[in-house]
Amino acid sequence: MSPGTNIGARGPARLGFVTAVSFGYAFLYIPIVLLVLYSFNDSRLVTVWGGFSTRWYGALFENQVLLTAAWRSLQVAVTSASLATLVGLAAGLALVRLTGMRRALLMACFGSLLVMPDVLIGLSMLLLFVNLEQWVGWPAGRGLTTVSLAHLTFASAYVAVVVRARLMQVDHSIEEAARDLGARPGQAFWLVTVPLIRPALISGWLLAFTLSLDDLVVASFVSGPGSSTLPMVIYSSVRLGVTPEVNALATLLIAAVALGVISAALINRFLSRPDSRP
Amino acid sequence: MTPARFVSSSAWLPLGWMAVFLLLPVAILLRVSFSEPRFEQPPYTELLVVGETGRWLWEGTLQAWRWLFEDPTYRDALLGSLAMASLTTLVCLLLSLPMAWAIARAPLSWRTPLLLAVILPFWTSFLIRVYAWISLLKPEGLINATLTGIGIIDAPLLILHTNAAVLIGMTYAYLPFMILPLYATFVRIEDDLLQAAADLGATPWQTFMRISLPLAWPGVLAGCLLVFIPAMGDFVVPDLLGGPDNYMLGTALWNEFFRNADWPTASALALTMLLVLLAPLALLQRLQRREEVPT
Repeated sequence: MSPGTNIGARGPARLGFVTAVSFGYAFLYIPIVLLVLYSFNDSRLVTVWGGFSTRWYGALFENQVLLTAAWRSLQVAVTSASLATLVGLAAGLALVRLTGMRRALLMACFGSLLVMPDVLIGLSMLLLFVNLEQWVGWPAGRGLTTVSLAHLTFASAYVAVVVRARLMQVDHSIEEAARDLGARPGQAFWLVTVPLIRPALISGWLLAFTLSLDDLVVASFVSGPGSSTLPMVIYSSVRLGVTPEVNALATLLIAAVALGVISAALINRFLSRPDSRP
Repeated sequence: MTPARFVSSSAWLPLGWMAVFLLLPVAILLRVSFSEPRFEQPPYTELLVVGETGRWLWEGTLQAWRWLFEDPTYRDALLGSLAMASLTTLVCLLLSLPMAWAIARAPLSWRTPLLLAVILPFWTSFLIRVYAWISLLKPEGLINATLTGIGIIDAPLLILHTNAAVLIGMTYAYLPFMILPLYATFVRIEDDLLQAAADLGATPWQTFMRISLPLAWPGVLAGCLLVFIPAMGDFVVPDLLGGPDNYMLGTALWNEFFRNADWPTASALALTMLLVLLAPLALLQRLQRREEVPT
Protein backbone atom coordinates (compact mmCIF):
# COMPACT_ATOMS: atom_id res chain seq x y z
CA MET A 1 0.00 0.00 0.00
CA SER A 2 1.36 3.39 -0.90
CA PRO A 3 0.31 6.82 0.37
CA GLY A 4 -3.10 7.83 -0.89
CA THR A 5 -4.21 4.32 -1.81
CA ASN A 6 -7.25 4.54 0.40
CA ILE A 7 -8.83 7.38 -1.47
CA GLY A 8 -8.90 5.03 -4.40
CA ALA A 9 -8.03 7.75 -6.87
CA ARG A 10 -6.78 6.64 -10.24
CA GLY A 11 -5.48 8.29 -13.37
CA PRO A 12 -5.34 12.07 -13.57
CA ALA A 13 -6.87 12.62 -10.13
CA ARG A 14 -4.18 10.54 -8.51
CA LEU A 15 -1.49 12.26 -10.54
CA GLY A 16 -2.76 15.65 -9.44
CA PHE A 17 -2.78 14.49 -5.83
CA VAL A 18 0.78 13.17 -5.95
CA THR A 19 1.91 16.41 -7.61
CA ALA A 20 0.32 18.50 -4.87
CA VAL A 21 1.98 16.48 -2.10
CA SER A 22 5.40 16.51 -3.79
CA PHE A 23 5.06 20.24 -4.36
CA GLY A 24 4.30 20.70 -0.66
CA TYR A 25 7.41 18.84 0.48
CA ALA A 26 9.56 20.51 -2.19
CA PHE A 27 8.26 23.88 -1.01
CA LEU A 28 9.28 22.99 2.54
CA TYR A 29 12.77 21.76 1.71
CA ILE A 30 14.15 23.50 -1.40
CA PRO A 31 14.95 26.80 0.39
CA ILE A 32 16.79 24.95 3.15
CA VAL A 33 18.73 22.71 0.76
CA LEU A 34 19.83 25.71 -1.32
CA LEU A 35 20.81 27.62 1.80
CA VAL A 36 23.07 24.76 2.88
CA LEU A 37 24.46 24.28 -0.64
CA TYR A 38 25.47 27.91 -1.01
CA SER A 39 27.26 27.91 2.33
CA PHE A 40 29.93 25.83 0.53
CA ASN A 41 30.17 28.32 -2.31
CA ASP A 42 33.58 29.87 -2.92
CA SER A 43 32.08 33.01 -4.43
CA ARG A 44 31.04 35.93 -2.24
CA LEU A 45 28.00 36.37 -4.49
CA VAL A 46 25.46 34.05 -2.96
CA THR A 47 23.69 33.43 -6.26
CA VAL A 48 26.72 32.54 -8.40
CA TRP A 49 28.40 29.18 -7.93
CA GLY A 50 32.18 29.64 -7.73
CA GLY A 51 33.32 26.18 -6.70
CA PHE A 52 33.36 24.23 -3.43
CA SER A 53 34.90 25.87 -0.39
CA THR A 54 34.64 25.78 3.37
CA ARG A 55 36.18 29.17 3.85
CA TRP A 56 33.00 30.78 5.22
CA TYR A 57 33.02 28.30 8.07
CA GLY A 58 36.58 29.38 8.85
CA ALA A 59 35.55 33.02 8.77
CA LEU A 60 32.72 32.20 11.15
CA PHE A 61 35.04 30.97 13.87
CA GLU A 62 37.09 34.16 13.68
CA ASN A 63 34.07 36.41 14.07
CA GLN A 64 34.24 37.40 17.76
CA VAL A 65 30.92 39.30 17.78
CA LEU A 66 29.15 36.21 16.52
CA LEU A 67 30.87 33.82 18.91
CA THR A 68 30.11 36.00 21.94
CA ALA A 69 26.48 36.32 20.89
CA ALA A 70 26.25 32.55 20.36
CA TRP A 71 27.62 31.92 23.86
CA ARG A 72 25.11 34.40 25.32
CA SER A 73 22.22 32.74 23.47
CA LEU A 74 23.30 29.33 24.70
CA GLN A 75 23.34 30.51 28.33
CA VAL A 76 19.91 32.09 27.99
CA ALA A 77 18.51 29.00 26.26
CA VAL A 78 19.77 26.55 28.91
CA THR A 79 18.55 28.71 31.81
CA SER A 80 15.15 29.51 30.35
CA ALA A 81 14.52 25.97 29.09
CA SER A 82 15.30 24.44 32.49
CA LEU A 83 13.06 26.83 34.41
CA ALA A 84 10.36 26.65 31.72
CA THR A 85 10.28 22.87 32.17
CA LEU A 86 9.55 23.36 35.87
CA VAL A 87 6.79 25.95 35.31
CA GLY A 88 5.43 23.93 32.37
CA LEU A 89 5.35 20.75 34.49
CA ALA A 90 3.35 22.51 37.22
CA ALA A 91 1.06 24.01 34.58
CA GLY A 92 0.57 20.68 32.80
CA LEU A 93 -0.30 19.01 36.10
CA ALA A 94 -2.79 21.76 36.96
CA LEU A 95 -4.38 21.59 33.50
CA VAL A 96 -4.99 17.85 33.81
CA ARG A 97 -6.01 17.55 37.45
CA LEU A 98 -7.46 20.90 38.39
CA THR A 99 -11.09 21.90 37.77
CA GLY A 100 -13.09 25.09 37.78
CA MET A 101 -12.07 28.72 37.47
CA ARG A 102 -8.36 28.33 38.05
CA ARG A 103 -8.08 25.72 35.33
CA ALA A 104 -10.04 27.88 32.88
CA LEU A 105 -7.78 30.82 33.68
CA LEU A 106 -4.63 28.74 33.14
CA MET A 107 -6.02 27.36 29.88
CA ALA A 108 -6.74 30.87 28.63
CA CYS A 109 -3.33 32.25 29.63
CA PHE A 110 -1.14 29.42 28.36
CA GLY A 111 -3.29 28.90 25.27
CA SER A 112 -2.98 32.56 24.32
CA LEU A 113 0.78 32.60 24.91
CA LEU A 114 1.19 29.82 22.33
CA VAL A 115 -0.14 31.88 19.44
CA MET A 116 0.36 35.46 20.62
CA PRO A 117 2.43 37.53 18.14
CA ASP A 118 6.03 38.10 19.24
CA VAL A 119 5.87 41.89 19.09
CA LEU A 120 3.01 41.85 21.57
CA ILE A 121 4.85 39.60 24.02
CA GLY A 122 8.07 41.60 23.56
CA LEU A 123 6.61 45.03 24.23
CA SER A 124 4.49 43.95 27.18
CA MET A 125 7.44 42.13 28.78
CA LEU A 126 9.64 45.18 28.38
CA LEU A 127 7.05 47.43 30.02
CA LEU A 128 6.75 44.92 32.84
CA PHE A 129 10.52 44.89 33.45
CA VAL A 130 10.75 48.70 33.35
CA ASN A 131 7.95 48.98 35.90
CA LEU A 132 9.21 46.16 38.12
CA GLU A 133 12.56 47.94 38.31
CA GLN A 134 10.79 51.10 39.43
CA TRP A 135 8.66 49.33 42.01
CA VAL A 136 10.96 46.70 43.52
CA GLY A 137 14.37 47.42 41.98
CA TRP A 138 14.51 44.04 40.26
CA PRO A 139 15.51 43.08 37.59
CA ALA A 140 18.11 45.85 37.57
CA GLY A 141 18.47 47.07 34.01
CA ARG A 142 17.94 44.93 30.94
CA GLY A 143 20.20 42.09 29.92
CA LEU A 144 20.46 38.33 29.94
CA THR A 145 18.23 38.02 33.03
CA THR A 146 15.30 39.81 31.42
CA VAL A 147 15.73 37.88 28.16
CA SER A 148 15.76 34.60 30.10
CA LEU A 149 12.65 35.55 32.08
CA ALA A 150 10.76 36.48 28.91
CA HIS A 151 11.81 33.29 27.14
CA LEU A 152 10.94 31.20 30.17
CA THR A 153 7.43 32.67 30.12
CA PHE A 154 6.50 31.86 26.53
CA ALA A 155 8.44 28.58 26.42
CA SER A 156 6.63 27.26 29.51
CA ALA A 157 3.39 27.32 27.50
CA TYR A 158 4.87 24.89 24.98
CA VAL A 159 6.23 22.64 27.75
CA ALA A 160 2.77 22.66 29.36
CA VAL A 161 1.19 21.38 26.13
CA VAL A 162 3.68 18.52 25.81
CA VAL A 163 3.47 17.57 29.52
CA ARG A 164 -0.32 17.75 29.53
CA ALA A 165 -0.63 15.45 26.52
CA ARG A 166 1.59 12.86 28.17
CA LEU A 167 0.05 13.23 31.61
CA MET A 168 -3.40 12.46 30.21
CA GLN A 169 -2.11 9.06 29.08
CA VAL A 170 -0.64 8.15 32.47
CA ASP A 171 -2.87 5.89 34.52
CA HIS A 172 -3.81 7.79 37.65
CA SER A 173 -4.23 4.57 39.64
CA ILE A 174 -0.46 4.01 39.66
CA GLU A 175 -0.07 7.11 41.78
CA GLU A 176 -2.94 5.95 44.00
CA ALA A 177 -1.13 2.63 44.47
CA ALA A 178 1.93 4.54 45.65
CA ARG A 179 -0.31 6.45 48.06
CA ASP A 180 -1.73 3.18 49.39
CA LEU A 181 1.82 2.02 49.98
CA GLY A 182 2.38 5.07 52.16
CA ALA A 183 3.81 7.73 49.86
CA ARG A 184 2.82 11.31 50.47
CA PRO A 185 1.10 13.00 47.45
CA GLY A 186 4.26 14.96 46.58
CA GLN A 187 6.39 11.82 46.84
CA ALA A 188 3.97 9.81 44.72
CA PHE A 189 4.08 12.51 42.06
CA TRP A 190 7.86 12.99 41.98
CA LEU A 191 8.81 9.33 42.37
CA VAL A 192 6.11 7.69 40.25
CA THR A 193 4.51 10.08 37.79
CA VAL A 194 7.50 12.29 36.92
CA PRO A 195 9.67 9.33 35.80
CA LEU A 196 6.74 8.11 33.70
CA ILE A 197 6.44 11.41 31.86
CA ARG A 198 10.21 11.87 31.48
CA PRO A 199 10.11 11.65 27.66
CA ALA A 200 7.66 14.57 27.62
CA LEU A 201 9.91 16.56 29.96
CA ILE A 202 12.92 15.93 27.70
CA SER A 203 11.10 16.93 24.53
CA GLY A 204 9.56 19.89 26.35
CA TRP A 205 13.01 21.05 27.43
CA LEU A 206 14.37 20.67 23.89
CA LEU A 207 11.42 22.59 22.48
CA ALA A 208 11.93 25.40 25.00
CA PHE A 209 15.67 25.42 24.26
CA THR A 210 15.13 25.75 20.49
CA LEU A 211 12.46 28.41 20.89
CA SER A 212 14.78 30.47 23.04
CA LEU A 213 17.72 30.04 20.66
CA ASP A 214 15.49 31.06 17.77
CA ASP A 215 13.82 34.13 19.21
CA LEU A 216 14.62 37.48 17.60
CA VAL A 217 11.66 39.73 18.35
CA VAL A 218 11.10 39.27 22.08
CA ALA A 219 14.85 39.42 22.76
CA SER A 220 15.14 42.65 20.75
CA PHE A 221 12.61 44.30 23.05
CA VAL A 222 13.88 43.08 26.42
CA SER A 223 17.66 42.90 25.97
CA GLY A 224 19.89 45.76 26.97
CA PRO A 225 23.06 47.29 25.54
CA GLY A 226 25.80 44.70 25.09
CA SER A 227 23.49 41.74 25.48
CA SER A 228 22.59 41.05 21.85
CA THR A 229 21.67 37.42 21.30
CA LEU A 230 22.65 35.37 18.25
CA PRO A 231 19.41 35.95 16.28
CA MET A 232 19.80 39.70 16.88
CA VAL A 233 23.32 39.64 15.42
CA ILE A 234 22.15 37.51 12.48
CA TYR A 235 19.24 39.87 11.88
CA SER A 236 21.43 42.95 11.73
CA SER A 237 23.78 41.29 9.23
CA VAL A 238 20.85 39.98 7.15
CA ARG A 239 19.48 43.51 6.93
CA LEU A 240 22.75 44.55 5.31
CA GLY A 241 22.39 41.83 2.68
CA VAL A 242 22.79 38.15 2.03
CA THR A 243 26.28 36.87 2.89
CA PRO A 244 27.75 33.35 2.63
CA GLU A 245 28.85 33.64 6.27
CA VAL A 246 25.22 33.75 7.39
CA ASN A 247 24.59 30.69 5.21
CA ALA A 248 27.42 28.85 6.96
CA LEU A 249 26.08 29.78 10.38
CA ALA A 250 22.56 28.79 9.35
CA THR A 251 23.85 25.42 8.14
CA LEU A 252 25.50 24.74 11.50
CA LEU A 253 22.29 25.68 13.34
CA ILE A 254 20.18 23.50 11.05
CA ALA A 255 22.56 20.57 11.56
CA ALA A 256 22.41 21.02 15.35
CA VAL A 257 18.63 21.18 15.36
CA ALA A 258 18.22 18.20 13.02
CA LEU A 259 20.56 16.19 15.22
CA GLY A 260 18.66 17.30 18.33
CA VAL A 261 15.21 16.49 16.93
CA ILE A 262 16.23 13.10 15.62
CA SER A 263 17.95 12.09 18.85
CA ALA A 264 14.95 13.36 20.84
CA ALA A 265 12.68 11.19 18.69
CA LEU A 266 14.94 8.21 19.30
CA ILE A 267 15.17 8.87 23.05
CA ASN A 268 11.41 9.25 23.16
CA ARG A 269 10.88 5.94 21.42
CA PHE A 270 13.44 4.21 23.62
CA LEU A 271 12.08 5.63 26.89
CA SER A 272 8.42 5.09 26.14
CA ARG A 273 8.90 1.49 25.05
CA PRO A 274 8.35 -0.17 28.49
CA ASP A 275 4.87 1.29 29.02
CA SER A 276 3.76 0.68 25.46
CA ARG A 277 3.57 -3.00 26.35
CA PRO A 278 -0.02 -4.17 26.73
CA MET B 1 -1.71 16.83 52.66
CA THR B 2 -4.28 15.28 50.35
CA PRO B 3 -3.59 14.71 46.64
CA ALA B 4 -6.12 17.42 45.80
CA ARG B 5 -4.26 19.86 48.08
CA PHE B 6 -0.97 18.92 46.41
CA VAL B 7 -2.34 19.66 42.93
CA SER B 8 -3.97 22.82 44.19
CA SER B 9 -0.81 24.13 45.85
CA SER B 10 1.45 23.29 42.91
CA ALA B 11 -0.95 25.22 40.67
CA TRP B 12 0.08 28.46 42.35
CA LEU B 13 3.39 28.51 40.47
CA PRO B 14 1.89 28.72 36.95
CA LEU B 15 -1.03 30.85 38.16
CA GLY B 16 1.23 33.35 39.88
CA TRP B 17 3.60 33.34 36.95
CA MET B 18 0.83 34.16 34.50
CA ALA B 19 -0.55 36.88 36.78
CA VAL B 20 2.84 38.64 36.91
CA PHE B 21 4.16 37.93 33.42
CA LEU B 22 1.02 38.00 31.27
CA LEU B 23 -1.90 39.76 32.95
CA LEU B 24 0.06 42.51 34.70
CA PRO B 25 1.93 43.46 31.48
CA VAL B 26 -1.38 43.88 29.63
CA ALA B 27 -2.57 46.23 32.40
CA ILE B 28 0.70 48.19 32.05
CA LEU B 29 0.19 48.40 28.26
CA LEU B 30 -3.17 50.03 28.90
CA ARG B 31 -1.67 52.46 31.39
CA VAL B 32 1.20 53.50 29.08
CA SER B 33 -1.17 53.99 26.15
CA PHE B 34 -2.68 56.98 28.04
CA SER B 35 0.70 58.70 28.44
CA GLU B 36 2.73 60.97 26.23
CA PRO B 37 6.28 60.19 25.12
CA ARG B 38 9.08 62.18 26.81
CA PHE B 39 12.90 62.26 26.83
CA GLU B 40 13.41 60.78 30.26
CA GLN B 41 13.50 57.40 31.89
CA PRO B 42 10.93 55.88 31.64
CA PRO B 43 10.13 57.51 28.29
CA TYR B 44 6.44 58.17 29.02
CA THR B 45 4.64 60.66 31.28
CA GLU B 46 2.99 59.87 34.62
CA LEU B 47 -0.77 59.53 34.70
CA LEU B 48 -1.20 60.96 38.18
CA VAL B 49 0.88 63.85 39.45
CA VAL B 50 0.76 65.72 42.75
CA GLY B 51 -0.40 69.24 41.99
CA GLU B 52 0.64 72.45 43.79
CA THR B 53 -2.29 72.13 46.17
CA GLY B 54 -1.07 68.69 47.20
CA ARG B 55 -3.89 66.95 45.44
CA TRP B 56 -3.60 64.22 42.80
CA LEU B 57 -4.14 65.44 39.26
CA TRP B 58 -5.06 63.25 36.28
CA GLU B 59 -2.51 63.90 33.53
CA GLY B 60 -3.49 61.07 31.20
CA THR B 61 -4.22 61.76 27.55
CA LEU B 62 -5.94 60.04 24.68
CA GLN B 63 -3.38 61.36 22.22
CA ALA B 64 -1.89 57.99 21.24
CA TRP B 65 -5.35 56.56 20.63
CA ARG B 66 -6.42 59.63 18.67
CA TRP B 67 -3.38 59.23 16.41
CA LEU B 68 -4.25 55.63 15.84
CA PHE B 69 -7.70 56.57 14.60
CA GLU B 70 -6.77 59.69 12.66
CA ASP B 71 -3.55 58.75 10.90
CA PRO B 72 -4.39 56.59 7.83
CA THR B 73 -0.99 54.84 8.12
CA TYR B 74 -2.23 52.81 11.08
CA ARG B 75 -5.53 51.99 9.43
CA ASP B 76 -3.61 50.77 6.38
CA ALA B 77 -1.35 48.70 8.63
CA LEU B 78 -4.39 47.07 10.24
CA LEU B 79 -6.08 46.40 6.90
CA GLY B 80 -2.79 45.21 5.39
CA SER B 81 -2.33 42.76 8.26
CA LEU B 82 -5.90 41.49 8.01
CA ALA B 83 -5.61 40.97 4.25
CA MET B 84 -2.20 39.32 4.38
CA ALA B 85 -3.09 37.07 7.34
CA SER B 86 -6.32 35.94 5.63
CA LEU B 87 -4.58 35.26 2.34
CA THR B 88 -1.79 33.35 4.10
CA THR B 89 -4.40 31.25 5.92
CA LEU B 90 -6.17 30.44 2.66
CA VAL B 91 -3.00 29.46 0.79
CA CYS B 92 -1.80 27.38 3.76
CA LEU B 93 -5.16 25.58 3.85
CA LEU B 94 -5.14 24.78 0.12
CA LEU B 95 -1.58 23.50 0.31
CA SER B 96 -2.13 21.54 3.54
CA LEU B 97 -5.30 19.67 2.60
CA PRO B 98 -3.65 17.20 0.16
CA MET B 99 -0.53 16.92 2.33
CA ALA B 100 -2.35 16.22 5.59
CA TRP B 101 -4.66 13.80 3.80
CA ALA B 102 -1.75 11.92 2.24
CA ILE B 103 0.04 11.61 5.59
CA ALA B 104 -3.11 10.49 7.41
CA ARG B 105 -3.87 7.84 4.76
CA ALA B 106 -0.27 6.62 4.42
CA PRO B 107 0.67 3.22 5.86
CA LEU B 108 1.26 3.38 9.61
CA SER B 109 5.04 3.04 9.36
CA TRP B 110 5.23 5.98 6.92
CA ARG B 111 3.24 8.41 9.01
CA THR B 112 5.83 9.29 11.63
CA PRO B 113 8.65 10.01 9.13
CA LEU B 114 6.29 11.99 6.88
CA LEU B 115 5.04 13.99 9.85
CA LEU B 116 8.55 14.51 11.17
CA ALA B 117 9.52 15.84 7.74
CA VAL B 118 6.82 18.49 8.11
CA ILE B 119 7.85 19.41 11.66
CA LEU B 120 11.61 19.48 11.09
CA PRO B 121 11.71 22.81 9.21
CA PHE B 122 9.53 24.29 11.97
CA TRP B 123 12.27 23.49 14.48
CA THR B 124 14.90 25.38 12.51
CA SER B 125 15.14 29.08 13.07
CA PHE B 126 12.26 31.20 11.77
CA LEU B 127 14.73 33.95 10.88
CA ILE B 128 16.88 31.57 8.86
CA ARG B 129 13.90 30.15 6.99
CA VAL B 130 12.84 33.65 5.99
CA TYR B 131 16.42 34.52 5.09
CA ALA B 132 16.59 31.48 2.80
CA TRP B 133 13.84 33.02 0.68
CA ILE B 134 15.71 36.28 0.10
CA SER B 135 18.31 34.65 -2.16
CA LEU B 136 15.62 32.61 -3.92
CA LEU B 137 13.38 35.57 -4.73
CA LYS B 138 16.00 38.16 -5.67
CA PRO B 139 16.00 39.46 -9.29
CA GLU B 140 19.23 37.48 -9.86
CA GLY B 141 18.01 34.67 -7.59
CA LEU B 142 17.34 31.05 -8.44
CA ILE B 143 13.64 31.36 -9.33
CA ASN B 144 14.27 34.14 -11.82
CA ALA B 145 17.38 32.42 -13.18
CA THR B 146 15.40 29.23 -13.81
CA LEU B 147 12.45 31.00 -15.39
CA THR B 148 14.63 33.09 -17.74
CA GLY B 149 16.84 30.06 -18.39
CA ILE B 150 14.00 27.95 -19.77
CA GLY B 151 12.61 30.94 -21.62
CA ILE B 152 9.30 31.47 -19.80
CA ILE B 153 10.13 35.09 -19.07
CA ASP B 154 12.54 37.52 -20.76
CA ALA B 155 13.36 39.78 -17.86
CA PRO B 156 13.59 38.89 -14.16
CA LEU B 157 10.35 39.31 -12.20
CA LEU B 158 10.37 41.64 -9.25
CA ILE B 159 9.25 39.38 -6.44
CA LEU B 160 11.36 40.38 -3.45
CA HIS B 161 9.97 43.38 -1.57
CA THR B 162 6.45 42.87 -2.88
CA ASN B 163 3.22 41.44 -1.46
CA ALA B 164 3.93 38.17 -3.27
CA ALA B 165 7.19 37.71 -1.39
CA VAL B 166 5.48 38.36 1.95
CA LEU B 167 2.75 35.87 1.08
CA ILE B 168 5.29 33.19 0.09
CA GLY B 169 7.36 33.80 3.22
CA MET B 170 4.38 33.72 5.57
CA THR B 171 2.93 30.60 3.95
CA TYR B 172 6.29 28.92 4.30
CA ALA B 173 6.69 29.96 7.92
CA TYR B 174 3.22 28.90 9.11
CA LEU B 175 2.48 25.84 6.94
CA PRO B 176 3.19 23.24 9.67
CA PHE B 177 0.62 24.90 11.98
CA MET B 178 -2.03 24.06 9.40
CA ILE B 179 -0.86 20.57 8.46
CA LEU B 180 -0.66 19.23 12.04
CA PRO B 181 -4.26 19.87 13.22
CA LEU B 182 -5.59 18.78 9.82
CA TYR B 183 -3.64 15.56 10.07
CA ALA B 184 -4.91 14.98 13.62
CA THR B 185 -8.55 15.10 12.49
CA PHE B 186 -8.02 13.26 9.19
CA VAL B 187 -6.27 10.37 10.89
CA ARG B 188 -9.32 9.72 13.09
CA ILE B 189 -11.63 9.16 10.12
CA GLU B 190 -12.28 5.44 9.78
CA ASP B 191 -11.33 3.69 6.56
CA ASP B 192 -14.67 1.81 6.66
CA LEU B 193 -16.54 5.06 6.28
CA LEU B 194 -14.64 5.95 3.12
CA GLN B 195 -15.07 2.41 1.84
CA ALA B 196 -18.82 2.63 2.42
CA ALA B 197 -18.99 5.88 0.47
CA ALA B 198 -17.00 4.30 -2.36
CA ASP B 199 -19.29 1.22 -2.35
CA LEU B 200 -22.29 3.49 -2.69
CA GLY B 201 -20.73 4.93 -5.82
CA ALA B 202 -19.11 8.14 -4.60
CA THR B 203 -16.00 9.25 -6.45
CA PRO B 204 -12.90 9.89 -4.30
CA TRP B 205 -13.44 13.62 -4.76
CA GLN B 206 -17.08 13.36 -3.63
CA THR B 207 -16.06 11.26 -0.64
CA PHE B 208 -13.47 13.82 0.34
CA MET B 209 -15.76 16.84 -0.08
CA ARG B 210 -18.89 15.32 1.48
CA ILE B 211 -17.55 12.94 4.14
CA SER B 212 -13.96 13.68 5.12
CA LEU B 213 -13.93 17.47 5.01
CA PRO B 214 -17.14 17.94 7.05
CA LEU B 215 -15.81 15.47 9.64
CA ALA B 216 -12.51 17.35 9.80
CA TRP B 217 -13.91 20.85 10.19
CA PRO B 218 -12.67 21.32 13.80
CA GLY B 219 -9.16 20.61 12.50
CA VAL B 220 -9.64 22.99 9.59
CA LEU B 221 -10.83 25.74 11.91
CA ALA B 222 -8.03 25.13 14.44
CA GLY B 223 -5.42 25.19 11.67
CA CYS B 224 -6.83 28.43 10.25
CA LEU B 225 -6.71 30.09 13.67
CA LEU B 226 -3.20 28.81 14.41
CA VAL B 227 -1.99 30.42 11.18
CA PHE B 228 -4.12 33.57 11.25
CA ILE B 229 -3.35 34.70 14.81
CA PRO B 230 0.47 34.78 14.66
CA ALA B 231 0.37 36.00 11.02
CA MET B 232 -1.61 39.07 12.12
CA GLY B 233 1.29 40.31 14.21
CA ASP B 234 4.23 39.00 12.23
CA PHE B 235 7.20 41.31 11.97
CA VAL B 236 10.11 39.32 10.54
CA VAL B 237 8.55 38.34 7.19
CA PRO B 238 7.16 41.76 6.14
CA ASP B 239 10.36 43.39 7.34
CA LEU B 240 12.79 41.15 5.44
CA LEU B 241 10.76 40.13 2.37
CA GLY B 242 8.34 43.04 2.06
CA GLY B 243 8.91 46.49 0.65
CA PRO B 244 7.95 49.93 1.95
CA ASP B 245 4.35 49.30 0.84
CA ASN B 246 3.97 46.23 3.03
CA TYR B 247 3.19 48.07 6.22
CA MET B 248 1.60 45.71 8.71
CA LEU B 249 0.67 45.90 12.39
CA GLY B 250 3.85 44.13 13.50
CA THR B 251 6.11 46.45 11.52
CA ALA B 252 4.13 49.50 12.66
CA LEU B 253 4.55 48.54 16.31
CA TRP B 254 8.26 47.80 15.84
CA ASN B 255 8.88 51.15 14.13
CA GLU B 256 6.98 53.15 16.76
CA PHE B 257 9.07 51.53 19.43
CA PHE B 258 12.55 51.26 17.91
CA ARG B 259 12.61 54.16 15.41
CA ASN B 260 10.31 56.76 16.98
CA ALA B 261 10.80 55.69 20.61
CA ASP B 262 7.09 56.38 21.03
CA TRP B 263 6.12 53.90 23.74
CA PRO B 264 2.52 55.14 24.20
CA THR B 265 1.65 54.72 20.51
CA ALA B 266 3.41 51.35 20.44
CA SER B 267 1.32 50.29 23.46
CA ALA B 268 -1.91 51.47 21.86
CA LEU B 269 -0.99 49.49 18.73
CA ALA B 270 -0.24 46.41 20.83
CA LEU B 271 -3.63 46.69 22.52
CA THR B 272 -5.34 47.12 19.15
CA MET B 273 -3.64 43.94 17.96
CA LEU B 274 -4.78 42.15 21.13
CA LEU B 275 -8.37 43.38 20.69
CA VAL B 276 -8.49 42.20 17.07
CA LEU B 277 -7.11 38.80 18.13
CA LEU B 278 -9.41 38.38 21.14
CA ALA B 279 -12.25 36.78 19.15
CA PRO B 280 -10.01 34.29 17.26
CA LEU B 281 -8.21 33.48 20.54
CA ALA B 282 -11.51 32.76 22.29
CA LEU B 283 -12.66 30.61 19.38
CA LEU B 284 -9.43 28.61 19.54
CA GLN B 285 -9.95 28.06 23.28
CA ARG B 286 -13.47 26.77 22.66
CA LEU B 287 -12.22 24.38 20.00
CA GLN B 288 -9.54 23.02 22.29
CA ARG B 289 -12.05 22.51 25.09
CA ARG B 290 -14.37 20.59 22.74
CA GLU B 291 -11.46 18.38 21.78
CA GLU B 292 -11.06 17.28 25.38
CA VAL B 293 -14.60 16.14 26.03
CA PRO B 294 -14.54 12.80 24.17
CA THR B 295 -11.22 11.65 25.67
